[in-house]
Formats: sequence, C-alpha cells, structure tokens
Amino acid sequence: MDFPILLTILLAPVAAALIMVFVPKEEHMLHKSIAAVGTFVSLALSLFVYFTYNKEIGGLQFVFGHDLPWIKDLGVTFFLAADGISLPMLLLTNLIGFSAVFASWNINNRPREFFILLMLLITGVMGTFIAHDLFIFLLFYEVVVIPIYIMVVIWGSSKRVTKEYAGMKLTIYLLIGSAFLLAGVIALFVKTTALAGVPDMSFTGMAQVAQQLSRFDQIWLFALMLIGFGSLISMWPFHSWSPDGYAGAPTAVSMIHAGVLKKIGGYGLVKIAVYMLPVGASFWAPYMAVLGIIGVAYAAMGALAQKDLKYVVGYSSVSHMGYVILAVACLDVIGLNGAVANMFAHGVMAALFFSMIGFIYEKTHTRWIPDMGGLARQTPRLAVGFMMAAMASLGLPGLVSFIPEFTIFISGFNNFGGLAVIGIAGIIITALYVLRAGANTLFGPPRPEYNHLEDIRGPELVPLVVLGTVLVVGGFLPSLLFDMINSGVVPLHAAISDALQIGGKL
Amino acid sequence: MPFDPSALTLEMLTAVLGLGVLILGLIVPKGSRHGLGWVSFLGLLGIIGVAVALWGDNRELLDGMYLVDNYALFWKITFLLSAALVILGCMRYVDSIGDQAEYYSITIFATLGMMVMASAGDFITLYLGLELMTISFIILVCFRKLEAKSVESGIKYILLAGMSSAVLLYGLSLLYGLTGSVIMLDVSRIVAMQPVSPALVLAVVMLVAGLGFKISAVPFHMWSPDVYEGAPTPVTAFLAVGSKAASFAILLRLFIAGLPGIWENWAMVIAILAAVTIIVGNLVAIPQTNIKRLLAYSSIAQAGYIMVGLVTATEAGIKGVMFYAFLYVFATVGAFTVAAYFYNITGSDELKDYAGLSQRSPLMAAVMLVAMLSMAGIPPLAGFVGKFYLFKTIVDGYLWLVFIGLIMSMVSVYYYLRVALVMYRDEPIDATPISVSSPVAVTLIVTMIATLIIGVYPGPLSEVVNNAAHTFFLH
Repeated sequence: MDFPILLTILLAPVAAALIMVFVPKEEHMLHKSIAAVGTFVSLALSLFVYFTYNKEIGGLQFVFGHDLPWIKDLGVTFFLAADGISLPMLLLTNLIGFSAVFASWNINNRPREFFILLMLLITGVMGTFIAHDLFIFLLFYEVVVIPIYIMVVIWGSSKRVTKEYAGMKLTIYLLIGSAFLLAGVIALFVKTTALAGVPDMSFTGMAQVAQQLSRFDQIWLFALMLIGFGSLISMWPFHSWSPDGYAGAPTAVSMIHAGVLKKIGGYGLVKIAVYMLPVGASFWAPYMAVLGIIGVAYAAMGALAQKDLKYVVGYSSVSHMGYVILAVACLDVIGLNGAVANMFAHGVMAALFFSMIGFIYEKTHTRWIPDMGGLARQTPRLAVGFMMAAMASLGLPGLVSFIPEFTIFISGFNNFGGLAVIGIAGIIITALYVLRAGANTLFGPPRPEYNHLEDIRGPELVPLVVLGTVLVVGGFLPSLLFDMINSGVVPLHAAISDALQIGGKL
Repeated sequence: MPFDPSALTLEMLTAVLGLGVLILGLIVPKGSRHGLGWVSFLGLLGIIGVAVALWGDNRELLDGMYLVDNYALFWKITFLLSAALVILGCMRYVDSIGDQAEYYSITIFATLGMMVMASAGDFITLYLGLELMTISFIILVCFRKLEAKSVESGIKYILLAGMSSAVLLYGLSLLYGLTGSVIMLDVSRIVAMQPVSPALVLAVVMLVAGLGFKISAVPFHMWSPDVYEGAPTPVTAFLAVGSKAASFAILLRLFIAGLPGIWENWAMVIAILAAVTIIVGNLVAIPQTNIKRLLAYSSIAQAGYIMVGLVTATEAGIKGVMFYAFLYVFATVGAFTVAAYFYNITGSDELKDYAGLSQRSPLMAAVMLVAMLSMAGIPPLAGFVGKFYLFKTIVDGYLWLVFIGLIMSMVSVYYYLRVALVMYRDEPIDATPISVSSPVAVTLIVTMIATLIIGVYPGPLSEVVNNAAHTFFLH
C-alpha cells in the first residue's frame, strides 16, 4: 500500500491537538508553535498532493481505505480520495488554516483550548473535502459545529450583537439546515439500497444507483439537500446567520468559516447533490439561479448599508456565494468550473479580508468604518493586505477572482440570459461598497489617536504573505487552478449528462 | 422438553450475587462496608463475562414461557453493564448515605428483574420481572430516607408505578381472557385467527398506557421529572437507563412477537406518540435550571427517539432500538455520574453552580459535554449513528417523523449547549478544583470513550446487534 498521504494530512492537526493536551497551559508560545507546525505539515503535504496529482489521468487519486469496511450493514467504508474538485478545496483549507494560526497569534486568553479547538475545526473541514463516502462526509460535516460554537462564545466579540447570540444563531441555523440534509441523506440511502439491493455509501457507488431514481424522488431529495447545503453556503433566504455570525466570531473562526466552511455547502451541492441527483438538479436549476441572483443583489445592497467592517465582508461573502449558486445552476462544464474556482478565489480573499480586519480591530478596538480615518499612512502593510483583498473582491484582473467570475458570467449568460445580467450588475455595487470601505478606512484623513499604532510585523505578516501570494499567483497563472478543476468537473459533468439523457427518456 | 436449569445461569448468578452482598453486609462490621461496592461491581463484571460466553444459545424453556436467545442476552448485557457502571461511579455517594449492603443488593435485584423481563415469554414471567424491578426501584428512589424530597419522590413513584402496573395487568388479563393463554407465542397465533374485538382494542390501549408509563412516553411522562429530581442521583441514572431499556425489551416482545397482526394498525398511534414525546421532551427541557430535571426531560425525548424503532416492527427497527438503547447507557450514565459526583462535592444540582466546571474539573465537563452531544446526535458521537439506524427504518411512510425527529434533535442542541456555555465560558464562583476519585474517573472515562468509539467505528457493535435482532424472530 502506498503511503497514506491524505490520512497524514488529515491527522497532522489532530496530532498537534493531542500534543497540546499534554503541554502545560501556561506555555502559550509553545502551543502556538505546535499549532503552526501541525498546520504547516498539512499545508506542505497538500501542496505536494496538489502538484503531483496527475491531471491527465484525472479521477480519484491518493485513494485510501476504499477496501476498509467501516459499517458493513450501511455499506460504509473509510474511503478517502482526492480529485480535481476536492484538491483545490483541500489546499484552500490548509492555506487558510495555516494563516489562521498566525492571525490568532496574539490570543492570550486560554490559548491552549483555542488552538486545540482550531485544530479540530481544521480537521473537520479537511475531512469533508477528502471523504469519498457519504457517511464519513457527514461525520466530518457536523464535527465542526461545536468547536465553532465554543470558540465564538469564549473568544468572540460582542460589538454589535452579543457573541452568545451570534454563536447560537450560527449553530442553530446550520444544525437545522443539516437536519434537512440528514433527512435527505437517510432517505437517499434507503432508496438506493432498495434499488440496488446492497448498501453502498461511497460517492461513486451511490451516485450510480441514485442517478436512476425516479424523477419525483430525485426532485424532493434534491430539495432537501439544497436546503441543507444552501443554508451552509448562505444561499438567500437562509443567509442571515452569516453576517451576524462572522461579526461575533473571533478572527480565525471568521477566516475559516467564510473561507472554507461555507464552501462545504457549494462542494456538497456539486459533488453530492448535483452528481447523485442530476434530474432533481435540472428541475431546481432555474429556482437556484433566481435564489443565487437575489442573493447577489440583496447582499450587495446590504453590504452597501453597513458601517461595521465585518458586516461589510459578511454581506459581501453572501453576495459572492450567490455567484457560486448561479454557476452551479448552469449545470455545464464552464459553470461548474467557475463555481469551484470562485469558491477557491473567494476563500482566499475572504480569509485575507477577515485576518486584516482582525488586526485592525485588535489595534484600534473598533470596526466602525467612520472611526478609522486614514490607516494607510499609519499601518501601510495592513493597508496593502486590506486593499489586495478588496481588489480581489471586486474582481480586478490580475488577481485570483477575476477569471472565475468571468467564467461564471459567460456560463450564466449562456444559460439564463437576461437574468444573469442582474447578477453581473451586482459587480458594480460590489465595487461601490468595497471601494468605499477601503477609502474610508485607509485613505481618509489620518486620525491622530492612531499615530502610535504598530503595523503588523513578524508572525502577523504570515496571513498577508501566504494568502496575498496565492491571490497574485492565482491571478497570473489561472491555469494552475483551472486545469485542476477542469480535470474533476469534466468527468462529473459527463456522468450527469448521461444520467440526464436516460432520465429524460424515462 | 425437559427443563434444563443451565439456561438460567445468568439469572441464578445474579440472584446469588444479590443475596451474597446482603449476607456479607450482615457479617462485615459497619465501618468497613465500603468494599461491598467493589464486590458487587466485580461480581457484575464476572456475570457479564459469563453472558458474553453464552452468546449464541437460542432456545425456548417450558414451552415458550422463558425465551433464551441473543436478543434477550444482548439486553441482559446492557442491563448488567449499566448496573456495573452505575455502581462503580456511585460508591462514594452510597458511603455518604450508609446502608451499602442494602443499596447494592437491591440494585442487583433490580437488574435481575430486568433480566427476567428480557427473557419473558409469557405474561406471568413478564409481570414477575417487572414487579421485581419496580419494587426494587421504589426502595432505591426513597433511599435517602431522611430527606423529604427523596421520600416524596418515592411516594410518587409507588403510587404511579402501582397504577401503571395495574393498568398493564388489566390489559394482560383481558388478553388472557380473549385467548385463554398467557404464553406470547400462543397468544399471537390465537389473536391472528380472531377478528379484532373491542376487548382486544381495550387490552392494547391498556398495554400501551402501562408500558408508556415505564418508558415515560408523553402523555404518561409526568412522574419522571419529579422522581428523577428527588431520587438519589445514581438511582436516577439507573432508573433512566435500566428501567427504560427493560421496558423497551418487553414492549418489543409483547407487541411484535405477541401481537404481530394487530401491530400494523397501531403503527400510526406509536408514530404519533413518538413524535409528541420527542417534541414535548425537548421543548420542556429548554427552560429547566436544575440539571437533573433537564436530563429527565432530555431522557423523555430520548425515549421518543427509541420509540421510532417500534413503528415499523421490522428486524431493522428492533436493531435500531437495541443499538440506541445500548449507546444511551453510556451517555446517560456519564451525565448522571457527573451530576452525582458534583452533588457530592458541592451539594447542588443547579445548573448555575456548574459555572466554570471546565476549569475546576476538565474531565467532568468534557464527559458532560460528550454525553449531551451524543444525546443530541452530533457526530462523531454514538448518538448520530444510533439515530441514523432508527430513522432509516421509517423513511418510507413516516417521512414526517424523520423531520420532526431530526429537527427536534437539533433544537435539543440549544439546551445542551446552554450547559456547555455555563461549564466552559462562565468563570467559576468557587474556583477550587474538584479532584475526581479514581473509580468515578474510570466510570467517566469508560462512558466517554465508549461514546466516541461507537460513534466513530460502529461496525462491530452493529453486527452484534444485527445478530441479536435476528434471533428475535426465530421463535
């Protein structure tokens, strides 16, 4: 058997957490270093996996445990595998996880507990992206909820909403969403087992059977999954947890939540809901597109009205996820490519945004835009990071998010015509609120009380360097990202269009 | 068929253990009765060992009066295990009350009653086991006889348990009147040949009400929060686990083996009862401020989830019930042991006094959190798999119940997290660390690890339960 590299990536943060349990809690620096090492191992290995994945062959690679029966009577195996869709997400998780450790470098209130929970959170997110078995996916999917809740209520901030409210709202929204998802999965399991005679919960095995389900079954099962994954990806009208939750959460949680956790929703939509239930997907696609576009426009307007930086970015992330939903609704290769690529791009950008806002808040003790003045003069490096994220958010060519958005517009226009134009127009509002936030925070008249502020330095620079590099490299070499995604999307699309043709005949 | 007493090995061993502890209590001087807890614990462990060795012994005794099969054996192991864990976790608590010999031996006799129930093949045996269990519990509930609350809950329990036993007995006697037999296998054959009569309907209503009381299903649940709150906490733990599990064991036997034909008409009633139990249990738990009352309502909700497995009356449903009951043992014993030990140290059951428990005793806080999240069904803890098995049986036909169950279990996270919030976020009022004595620590660690392992790797247990559920239909 080959070296189980995916398992190693998955367990490196767990190992770090276990070590931390045995380190005395006063050793703050040691805990931070262990967390940094743990996430670095995962990051380095996932970079290795990303660049050694054979895109010519495509399909599932680095397979682990497909022959390791986990629960026999449910047909569950501990199946880990990576393909062109999961690898960018895995890489994104580790980029953000590694940066999040450094964005939390200044936490001195119970750091041991904080970093242990952070490690569990990162593990849970990674697990969802490399699990190739629906049951194992669900295990990881909900694991993340509880660490997040505890992190929000202990280390969060109560600026506009209390952190207890934010944490509970976040948790309950996501859990209720997952209740629908869970109902969908259980029903899907029962239906596929009845059809095939033997239970099989691996993605490929289940999809082959699920694609043959009757049109009616596919439609209602897809609806359940759409509610579940939709509330995680903050699809309008299930989005309202997102701005409040991010505002209450500590920086690292906002980064991971907006950066990758949300993307589990989009990833699940593409790799589970659409893949397994193509007929249901094609039925709901127009509605999804409408919801996506409403999300884009509504959240962009919402962001325009905000004066709290975290709310601006919170609404902006809802708006950007609207594009992802629109792209998934296109159900063609270009659209799905755009959806996955945009999730990656937005993840990097949102994480950078939240880490910079975290530092601003840490130093100025405010997130209120009118109070900021001209931080660009006082903290130039912070301003660079902020503006890079802002420019990526409005889709500046040369940064990572331009091509994905462009791709989505092409596919959206092809499939939905005039409707997509409204979505495309959302980019103008995005430019407006992003530039306004940037101008009022960084380039206004400098305020004397911030003259003494120290710019970010040392470990604090890591998020800027890591995520900033990805923003630029992804912008200039989009093929690095797109070739990979395309190698995963093309076979997936082939499978669903085959199934759609058969489904049409029935 | 000649009577073979070896089929009763487990029951006899348990009875010997119970009597032995009682006699030892007379011999050993008052000051050194602490060791009786260890005798009981090790004795129960030994009996569990024998029970595991007896796996695979499937037969009927005395023309179906007593059924020995893996189904019964699995339940017996569940009861013995929960008795052993409860005893291990409560020794210090019992020492503070005194009368160790009586306490442990009555606990063991309650276990014996449950074991008889699991194997009961006729109404008389069933009732015998049930009463042995109930009367033992009545004594245990008012064991702190100098405390008004304990005595009050004991009286409540006597009155209501007596009522429910009477109702159940009346139902059983009606069935006997209709069929002329007390053996369940015969009853099932005779009932199948008769048209459904009003008397039969009345009998089933009585049985559902009588057993509904034992499993504290809504609307027969009123007693349980009061009794749970007033009883000594380890007794509450055993009551919540053992009594409930044993009642499910006979509920399945009575309805699915004894009245299979009639069950189809009752499935909807049970589904509605399950839904109401889940909803009421979870919603009423939300405003509770006393940890024992909170756990009481949450255990009502748990009974509702387990009832889901009864609806379809299939092997998969029985498997779901048994699987969930087994993992429920660990979560409940874990949570109640924390509560008992906390009461021992601080004298309080109020949620607000749990503030900062994570700093005073990380182990107790962690066990409480894991136990509660398992009850809520959050992966990777055992409750998630258990709910998966239960709900998958009712997707066809009762999809609405799947929704109610899943959504309410997410609602339950709200009050479980409130406990987590108090334990983890709030600063302790009294910051003295709580050192957990080693037997309690072992109980806590065992329950936590079992909850985690069953959740992460449920395969082996699932196969054992499949086998046990399969033997249910062999008679």
